[in-house]
Amino acid sequence: MLSSKVSCNSHGQDSSYFLGWQVYEKNPFDEVENPTGIIQMGLAENQLSIDLVESWLRKNPDAMWLKKDGESVFRELALFQDYHGLPAFKNELVEYMEKIRGNKVKFDPNNLVLAAGATSANEILIFCLADPGEAILLPTPYYPGFDRDLKWRTGVEIVPVQCSSSNGFRITMFALEDAYQRAQKLNLKVKGVLISNPSNPLGTTMTKVELKQLITFAISKNVHVISDEVFSGTVFDSPGFISIIEAAMDRNLENKDIWSRIHIVYSLSKDLGLPGFRVGMIYSNNETVVSAATKMSSFGLVSSQTQYLLSDMLANKKFTSKYMKENQKRLKKRKEMLVSGLKKSGIECLKGNSGLFCWVDMRHLLSLNTFQAETELWKKILCEVGLNISPGASCHCTEPGWFRVCFANMSLGTLQVAMQRIKDFVERSSCGGIGKMSYQQNMSSLSRKLLSNWIRNLSSSDRDEQER
Amino acid sequence: MVAMSKIATGNGHGENSPYFDGWKAYETNPFHPADRPDGVIQMGLAENQLCFNFIEKWLMEHPEASLCTAEGVNKFKETALFQDYHGMPKFRQAVAKFMGKVRGDRVKFDPDRIVMSGGATGAHEMVAFCLADPGEAFLVPTPYYPGFDRDLRWRTGVELVPVVCESNNNFKITRNALEAAYEKAQEANLRVKGLLITNPSNPLGTILDRETLKSIVSFINEKNIHLIGDEIYAATVFMEPEFVSISEIIEEVECNRDLIHIVYSLSKDMGFPGFRVGIVYSYNDAVVSCARKMSSFGLVSSQTQHLIASMLSDDDFVDNFIVESKEQLFKRHKYFTWSLSQVGICSLKSNAGLFIWMDLRKLLKEKTFEAEVDLWRVIINEVKLNVSPGSSFHCHEPGWFRVCFTNMDDNTMEIALSRIRTFMLKNNEAMVPRDKLCRRSSLKLSLSRRMDDFMSPGIMSPHSPLPQSPLVRART
Repeated sequence: MLSSKVSCNSHGQDSSYFLGWQVYEKNPFDEVENPTGIIQMGLAENQLSIDLVESWLRKNPDAMWLKKDGESVFRELALFQDYHGLPAFKNELVEYMEKIRGNKVKFDPNNLVLAAGATSANEILIFCLADPGEAILLPTPYYPGFDRDLKWRTGVEIVPVQCSSSNGFRITMFALEDAYQRAQKLNLKVKGVLISNPSNPLGTTMTKVELKQLITFAISKNVHVISDEVFSGTVFDSPGFISIIEAAMDRNLENKDIWSRIHIVYSLSKDLGLPGFRVGMIYSNNETVVSAATKMSSFGLVSSQTQYLLSDMLANKKFTSKYMKENQKRLKKRKEMLVSGLKKSGIECLKGNSGLFCWVDMRHLLSLNTFQAETELWKKILCEVGLNISPGASCHCTEPGWFRVCFANMSLGTLQVAMQRIKDFVERSSCGGIGKMSYQQNMSSLSRKLLSNWIRNLSSSDRDEQER
Repeated sequence: MVAMSKIATGNGHGENSPYFDGWKAYETNPFHPADRPDGVIQMGLAENQLCFNFIEKWLMEHPEASLCTAEGVNKFKETALFQDYHGMPKFRQAVAKFMGKVRGDRVKFDPDRIVMSGGATGAHEMVAFCLADPGEAFLVPTPYYPGFDRDLRWRTGVELVPVVCESNNNFKITRNALEAAYEKAQEANLRVKGLLITNPSNPLGTILDRETLKSIVSFINEKNIHLIGDEIYAATVFMEPEFVSISEIIEEVECNRDLIHIVYSLSKDMGFPGFRVGIVYSYNDAVVSCARKMSSFGLVSSQTQHLIASMLSDDDFVDNFIVESKEQLFKRHKYFTWSLSQVGICSLKSNAGLFIWMDLRKLLKEKTFEAEVDLWRVIINEVKLNVSPGSSFHCHEPGWFRVCFTNMDDNTMEIALSRIRTFMLKNNEAMVPRDKLCRRSSLKLSLSRRMDDFMSPGIMSPHSPLPQSPLVRART
């Protein structure tokens, strides 16, 4: 009686990624009201610098519907539904995007299409580039929401490009080719590759080499490249951020076919920490894409009220410079805290320079090198330890034991509580394998009694599995 | 060059049609009282501009409704972070209450069934995605809003089958017409999943009477198909008879509630198309659940949710607004239709909407759509008014035009009317008064009949474009 979309699972919400949120919502941590509740570490939100935005607002109250001359623009805004967007807003957005890229790239506001969040922007692009049944290659691990955004209503398939921890999850030509072949075998026509750069969940930026290979691949296979750069403003450490467009310019590809097959997705949800305002966008040098996407944006335009407020804010260059600098500083500091805190508990993170999360290596805490063991560990961490972190399987990681842990969506105090909980958990954990931890670390983090029990119970075959 | 999708390269967006001549004419030469007094007046855009003063006054008195004022900024952080697709509880409660008040509090709406969407545009597409698979179909009574061709079909792959309504009974939706459409769908091997009605109607400006609504509900129950009620003009009903919503009918007749869904928006009733507040209200739990997940693709900006929640929670404001809006619409409608009648132009008797359904059949050289397009081109190029020809609404009879009149101030309306007057007088020819014809088609009698005769070559009239703000020149 209803469509197949209602009953299928492509909305992706049965994944542990979202289930964890549900459990969190039933028992959310609050420093005062509910100090034993679950701490949300599965939500990549940036709350570290929102006070800066708030303070800008306090100093600039006439961003309401009043122009500088005191005349009301309310009526104009209330009526403004042109899917081309408010010109002033788009001008500011491209300038902001240029700034993030160190002004090495110039963007044309006419090539920018606004949409209701990157969620909508990604879906629109897929609707534009692929027919139902065709495929997009997507490096793993990837943001769980892509299953919904790219596949659900579009009917397009995702073919994973498998990346492994052996080289820090870098995208290799081999992996791209392999994915392409697999798609061929499944009779799936590949229309494009979608990358997130900086990567969610890895928290790393793509290297020059990776970008070069990706572009070479896209040229040779005649496919599109969608670069989801929503975290581009969260790069806080070296190496810096290189946008796909910059990489293409470095190779002087502006007049080549590939230039019109490169598309960027951006949003203000991560950099500026404004996910509620639903400001997403597509940037493309392809006229047909811009034209079609613009029409499709009708299904999710950005509220004119929001466009107006933000164009005012972004016009203040002093503010945006200050914000970018300060935001990066705070993110770096916060990440370092989490990394060092985890290290004290014998847990390593993938070295990263961006994003709002760490990609945490808990393989040594698995009872077995399986996804089932990962799920068990995840449940324990969620329910017993009280931390909602995201298991690698929900990000389609090919190796069990990795978790995405967010750090920018909470106060310092809450993060400290979280780290203490992890420390306590690791200390009392009796199922930790030797894994990456040295024997000495094991000794210090596990009680002698637990350790001797573990040794006694361990069979030699189990030990083989657990050593990596 | 690798191809893009069929959806992107096809014409499903509905904009790629010669009809845009009208919009182009407007956009290349838009009327402005000072700068372009001879420009084209936009009467093809159903916008409600009549109550802004009233609303602005409330805004000035309630600075806390904006996040950007000293009074409102303390809510900024929590609002900016709020992206829960359930929507703010206070927003949903305020909208549910508003919807109830607009229906005279004869029904109550459950805030937990309120799902957000990117305007009614987003809502319709979302409902289509929930209820039908590609290749399946919805029945839609004609004439209907041209945007439905895009909203319901473009990316969803769903088909639309018209339910033909005719002027000889004032475009009533008859059981026969419904059955005929259903059969036609069967013959074309299309599985019908639902019926979409717009009540109050765009473009007719009329409301469905109780009997018709009951008949419709019984039809969909029998056929076990969904009923989608687009009620975005609910608060624009400015005189008797009173608006009857589907939500009321299902309390009165036996009905499988899982089949009932309402699309709503604040774009018409409040005049806020820019804020993109679309609502899907379904009595079907599975649809609510699925739609809620899909709403991720078009959530309402939390900044706007905050504003709307504040505004619509103010009972006094809402009660007064509803009354004020009706009054303004009534006044405008009365004056406009009376002025037209003075020069012999009839329209379908209506009591709602932001437009009238103008009957210019007697001005057609012949009873064809080509003649309708000819006439339309004259109206655009000579009279300099952008009105919407009936064929773009899939009307089955040529000669009808939708004319919007609430998207302009009094002065502009006077200018539009004077242009019509001038044109009618200039082209006056003695013609046999066809009173009988006019009376049948419109219940409003005009005082004089001076018919015109137009002749010029024309182009087939196609789709209607997306409504676009006249304040910004849209590029084609």
